[in-house]
Amino acid sequence: MKELIKRLVEAYGPAGSEDQVRALIGSEIKDYVDEMHTDALGNLIAIKKGGEQKIMFASHMDEIGVMVTHIDEKGFLRFYTVGGMSPHSLIGNRCVFENGTVGVFGFERVDHIKDLAINKMFIDIGVDSREEAKAKVKIGDTAAIKREFNDLGNRLVSKAMDDRVACAVLIEALKQVERPAYDIYAVFTTQEEVGLRGARVAAYGISPDLGIAIDVTRTGDTPKGITMDVELGKGPTVKVRDSSLLCTPAVRRFMQGVAEQNGIEYQLEVLEAGGTDAGAIQLTKSGIPAGVMSIPCRYIHTASEMVDYRDLENGVKLLTKIMETPYNG
Amino acid sequence: MLLKKLSEAFGPSGFEHEVREVLKEELKDHVKEWKYDALGNLIAVKQAETGPKVMLAAHMDECGLMISSIDSAGLLHFHKVGGLDDRVLVSKPVLIGKKRVPGVIGAKAIHLQRPEERTQVIAHRSLFIDIGATSKEEAQSMVSVGDYVVFATTFGEFGEGMVKGKSFDDRAGCTVLAEVLKEEYSMPVFGAFTVQEEIGLRGAGVAAYAVEPDLAIVLEGTTCSDVPDAEAQMYCTNIGNGPAITIMDASVITNKKMVAELIRLAEENNIPYQFKRSITGGSDAGRINQTKSGIPVVVVSVPCRYIHSPVSAMKISDLEYTTQLVKLFLRSIEGGFRV
Repeated sequence: MKELIKRLVEAYGPAGSEDQVRALIGSEIKDYVDEMHTDALGNLIAIKKGGEQKIMFASHMDEIGVMVTHIDEKGFLRFYTVGGMSPHSLIGNRCVFENGTVGVFGFERVDHIKDLAINKMFIDIGVDSREEAKAKVKIGDTAAIKREFNDLGNRLVSKAMDDRVACAVLIEALKQVERPAYDIYAVFTTQEEVGLRGARVAAYGISPDLGIAIDVTRTGDTPKGITMDVELGKGPTVKVRDSSLLCTPAVRRFMQGVAEQNGIEYQLEVLEAGGTDAGAIQLTKSGIPAGVMSIPCRYIHTASEMVDYRDLENGVKLLTKIMETPYNG
Repeated sequence: MLLKKLSEAFGPSGFEHEVREVLKEELKDHVKEWKYDALGNLIAVKQAETGPKVMLAAHMDECGLMISSIDSAGLLHFHKVGGLDDRVLVSKPVLIGKKRVPGVIGAKAIHLQRPEERTQVIAHRSLFIDIGATSKEEAQSMVSVGDYVVFATTFGEFGEGMVKGKSFDDRAGCTVLAEVLKEEYSMPVFGAFTVQEEIGLRGAGVAAYAVEPDLAIVLEGTTCSDVPDAEAQMYCTNIGNGPAITIMDASVITNKKMVAELIRLAEENNIPYQFKRSITGGSDAGRINQTKSGIPVVVVSVPCRYIHSPVSAMKISDLEYTTQLVKLFLRSIEGGFRV
């Protein structure tokens, strides 16, 4: 799965520009699902038949990025963020556009670094004039953070672990599941980072009996970090709540039960801030029972998001068993 | 002139009746079927058998005020309806309620203000509306709590092809949509004049839910800040540079293929165009895009300076180019369009 993760995280796919990721995932899963289509918002919906009930899984394909809003006479690009991104996390980083153009983040002189804001920053694509810049980049083009995948042993680090590792886990589960207890709707969603937008319309179209999002979550295991009882390497989490939802208690118990019956290590997750696709799924139509399995991840929404490979392997196991276990409410 | 009538119509969010009447009258020879929904959206229906179902949307409502209480001196206190900046309120003439009772927004005189008050923006809660009444009873005979208030701005032309007036956001979009609806198309076209955009994109979502179009085009009067002291990267749009196409705002990422088609048509037909270069602020497009199982959407805007204030300024050629571009887009997709 490491090789798949490397390809997924290094693919280009800021919110609204998920085409490359979708193509990659489509070719990866086509032999393991019964049908596959793309909806009006670009969600990739793969169906694997197996039962009476419909279960929807959502892993989002999009990553955070930046969008060009202005090109000045010297060819510097002004930009705005696509999804939640701190200006400080961009210092020293590079970005890459869909056509391969590489840029460096720079910033205006500020009296104190805490005064740094996105509107004081720009992207330098190594040109001298507006005309030269326009030959490479247009207003409205998006760029992703440029950073390669590194395998540190148990730990893996890259940009876009959020949420490509969840895409990888869902892909692997689709490959490994033997006797699905449901009609599985594996949805690789779009525009999560700008407001859970893909999952909302996908859930409306599918109208599942049960929805489970797979996303990354924060951890409390770094020096003087946040207080949170989630650590890398202690297994995937079963979420209790985040800012977007209180997971349906029956779904949470069901997920915990599957983990316990199959001896899969997991952690309970209470996330103070942050949302997931499950928040949108839960409030669709007249309400859909929803839960979340998360992969613990350090340094979320930076160029170097870190996960533990063992959590991913256990995540695949848990997800596969969920697919094979009927949900009785 | 339709834009003048629309600009001067009284229509804050939730009270769009006058705007609706102006539009129905303007389109009576061109639209045979109208739909009205529970929120007050007015939807022009042009049925056809073939081609994609298109919804166009422009919001009828404007930012305004609402009377919250009448004090013993006959002065009116108010709340804001929509995003009005407190700084644009003081000393402005206004009209109140259906009867358009004239009033003036007043404040404590400067010599009565404490030194620190003189350096601060006067908050709208400290402002009041004076309608010339001298007692609560007299004021109550003229207006009532809950009455809406709009700025008493008359429409006018100035400079070279420029116009000024209130509420170009989004009566400019309503004007474009009305002009577009005066033509016939071979595909089903639904023209939705929506309500309550300024207080949370409320009308557009339910309209889209009912219409369930294959694709949607939102027409807006959008912000334009190409003025002194603003840096070029903060302009958002430039007046006179043609329709502004949105790639992304706070509520939506627009459909890439629809954007590409608009650009192709503009370039082939020598229509100037620009991108909206600010990401903040939402639009009806956000709600439409998120309706049911998802609706592809684009936003085309007429640049307007000083929106959300008593008077905005706009270039007529921008309005005309926007109308022309939207019509061309509709013609180009009559035979079908894969989004």
